[in-house]
Amino acid sequence: MPDLTTRTEPLGAVVVEPGTITPGRARGAGPLRREGPAKLTGDAKYADDLVSPGAWYGGTIRSTDAHARFIALDLDPAFDWSSVVVVTASDIPGDNIVSSIKSDQPILVPLGGEIQHHAEPLALLAAPDRATLRAARHAAHPRTEKLPAIFDSLASDHLFATYELAAGDPEAAFAAADLVVEGEYRVGHQEQLYIENNAMIAVPQEDGGVTVTGSLQCPYYVHAALKRGLGLNDQQARVVQAETGGGFGGKEEYPSMIALHAALLAGKAGQPVRMIYDRHEDLAATTKRHPAIVRHRTGVTHDGRLIAQDIEVVMDGGAYATLTPVVLSRGAIHAGGPYRCPNVRIRARAARTNTPPNGAFRGFGAPQVQFAAETQLNRIAEMLGMSPLEIRRRNVYKIGDTTPTGQVLRDSVAGEEVLERAAEAGEFERLRARHHSARQRREGSGTVPGSPLRTGRDRFASGVGLALAWHGAGFTGSGEVKLASVVSIELTAEGQIRILTASTEMGQGTKTIFPQLVAEALDVPIDAVELAPQDTAFVPDSGPTVASRTAMVVGGLLIKAARRLRGEVEASTGGAFAATYREFARSHGPLRIDQRFEPYPGVGFDDATYRGDAYPAFGWAACVAQVDVDLDTGEVHVRDVVAADDIGRVIHPVLAEGQVEGGTLQAVGYATIEEIKLRDGRYLNDRLATYIIPTALDAPRITTILVEAPFSGAPHGAKGAGELPMDVGAPAVVAAIADATGAWIGDLPASPERILAALSGVAAVAPLPPGASEPAT
Amino acid sequence: MRYLVTLQVNRTSYPVELEVGRTLLSVLRGELGLTGSKEGCDDSECGACMVLIDGRPVNSCSYLALQAAGRQITTVEGLASGTKLHPLQQAFLEHGAVQCGFCTPGMLISATALLAANPDPTEDEIRAGLSGNLCRCTGYVGIVAAVRSAAAELANAD
Ligand code: FES
Ligand code: FES
Repeated sequence: MPDLTTRTEPLGAVVVEPGTITPGRARGAGPLRREGPAKLTGDAKYADDLVSPGAWYGGTIRSTDAHARFIALDLDPAFDWSSVVVVTASDIPGDNIVSSIKSDQPILVPLGGEIQHHAEPLALLAAPDRATLRAARHAAHPRTEKLPAIFDSLASDHLFATYELAAGDPEAAFAAADLVVEGEYRVGHQEQLYIENNAMIAVPQEDGGVTVTGSLQCPYYVHAALKRGLGLNDQQARVVQAETGGGFGGKEEYPSMIALHAALLAGKAGQPVRMIYDRHEDLAATTKRHPAIVRHRTGVTHDGRLIAQDIEVVMDGGAYATLTPVVLSRGAIHAGGPYRCPNVRIRARAARTNTPPNGAFRGFGAPQVQFAAETQLNRIAEMLGMSPLEIRRRNVYKIGDTTPTGQVLRDSVAGEEVLERAAEAGEFERLRARHHSARQRREGSGTVPGSPLRTGRDRFASGVGLALAWHGAGFTGSGEVKLASVVSIELTAEGQIRILTASTEMGQGTKTIFPQLVAEALDVPIDAVELAPQDTAFVPDSGPTVASRTAMVVGGLLIKAARRLRGEVEASTGGAFAATYREFARSHGPLRIDQRFEPYPGVGFDDATYRGDAYPAFGWAACVAQVDVDLDTGEVHVRDVVAADDIGRVIHPVLAEGQVEGGTLQAVGYATIEEIKLRDGRYLNDRLATYIIPTALDAPRITTILVEAPFSGAPHGAKGAGELPMDVGAPAVVAAIADATGAWIGDLPASPERILAALSGVAAVAPLPPGASEPAT
Repeated sequence: MRYLVTLQVNRTSYPVELEVGRTLLSVLRGELGLTGSKEGCDDSECGACMVLIDGRPVNSCSYLALQAAGRQITTVEGLASGTKLHPLQQAFLEHGAVQCGFCTPGMLISATALLAANPDPTEDEIRAGLSGNLCRCTGYVGIVAAVRSAAAELANAD
């Protein structure tokens, strides 16, 4: 019988050995992925696999200007428009707003309105077949008047959000510091690049409502958007998740837009409408990770203790707010890294630019700021002549430390543990010493003519780098309390146990771990537990599937609901649940338990003062990366990565390792090759041939070490796993490049051109902010 | 201009009438209802649409359906025997090589071709063999492990 007791005292961290499943452990190897067989045989139905009889094909007319006035939509009179439906803003029955944090983004730019970014939706078309749709697209011409555009987030005075955190007296501490180090770090856009593009099918209903089925993370976000934009009630708007081919945040908010578009067309055509993006449209139009500029000024003592941090974070939100305020909030709170520092000032702002809106992506503001914080700390260690491992040991948060929001870390703090585990398994100190002598040999041996950066013998230089991060588990601040998520477990009259939640499966394992947790709490076989489809007609709003909250928050609610169900049945039958629930169902009829989120005891955050417990708990991650740098071409090969991640109690080791491995590779891509260049506010890398992600050959060997520092507030002790690995990979790789070459790359990605430029001591690129446009050529 | 041809897919014959320019992927998915093969890019970049043609892996998004007439086409739907998963599929399931599953059909096809050509590949050979198939979820760790384990399994079965 698995042990699911709630622990109330802080527990020491336990290590789960990589790749092994501890015998006899509660929640050991874990069951096989529930929807795995369907995915392996080709049976699983993703949106574009669904048959919708009579469906038309929908398409979007988009802006080719970054900032302009929308004057008219000219429809070529020579074209036969009789079998085409055209939707403009004037066809929108409800508010012309994509509901999100701020009501600033239109569903379609109205005539006379302002276009705010390239690829912004202006009008919609639908036709009974693809060829007609294609022809109609060529016959519809938006007329616009260009307006001056802003591409530089530093120059923009339109701010979506600002935050300021302060502790102690930074200026006095800087005056007293032995060393003050400044640094500026820049990171660009990153595309989620789920392999399944966005896709949505809308079917109009007789009651004037619409059912939308698609690739999405958050059914109730889409539901809210349909209600508002189309003026529908709760029942008229129905949202169903199809099998979803990856999300990573990219299907958090943008699906609301696509669902609205498909539904508008379906309503006007009186036919089902399929809106299936191709890769080019998905890359050109949908959200990316926010570019950011982060400036650090850090005061330290000779022995490497942080005594003052002054940090400025500027994120580029793109043209509309989307989720930017909460991305920035997470960024601000994580900006100092997982380190104790008594005197802190963090100022964060997110500015509007005339570029496509940026939004959610795994890590949600934390990867940007922790790349900066970790690179800054690694540079400080180098200046002090101290090991990067040692400087972290001296500063990493421990139980009882206080964060910049005034949160006292009482429970589940494993920064030291992950640091030591990763450093040991990655042989960090031994490799560092070895590369150090190799570099000295190289630098002492002169250069080769025509290749100033290397000696003839050493074309490749190896390096090792270390990084450490923390990641707040679940929503920031009072987010969870405001959401008040609900889950249900139903015992049907037929004796079926059914889970009802809106949490979606997009590869991370929801459909496997939920039945697993409930089966354990009820002490029944996992196959006895069903999962209702993610359909707003049936399941309650258990909140969005984001922020690594599914296992921790929603999983915790399910365990509570299951315990209540078990209690009620056992009280009535006097026997064990497993032996008596079928009989109970027969005699008593169905029983449904609804469980609503209740605040974690002792956890509180004040939005007005921005102080308190920013997160109920933090996950902790350390990463040791080994690279080989080609000194002739500047190319980096990341050879090996050791990732140690504390995700609280591990529910399913295979799935958890999968999260760490996948997140680590996304971070390696972010560090080395993933880049979007812009011209006049348009993404230039808008095809898979030009936006490159790592292949199996590019990918490092990844060793995962799962560390368990259980969170005492959740019945199963789990914290989030999805985002954590995204925070550490990039700074570890950049530190490894510096170890190999002596050059620090402050701008991501560390592309060959940047590395070669850094090695030859010239500025790599014109000093444009990330995301800013090159002038038109 | 439309042509009547017969496509041999997973040992079944499908007579279809086709326009010249149709890609094999669009015909498999649209005409034959075999939606296991996926479209990730329509540009020969991702491998999600990969199928075997006479045992050779090709990106069906960039292959004309008419060219496939008279050849043996294998899609992911043709790998399992009845309800029994192919050893590669079983290994993918056990090693966490499937997450979102969208790359999986193409990955399985690539891996099938790889093992047919090289029944005992090294890790580097597996990585090279799968380098035409993008996966954004797994970091490839589970996939490489699954292919190794299936190779061992298939060798033992012989
Ligand atoms: S869809 Fe064919 S290679 Fe991507
Ligand atoms: S499992 Fe999602 S892309 Fe490979």
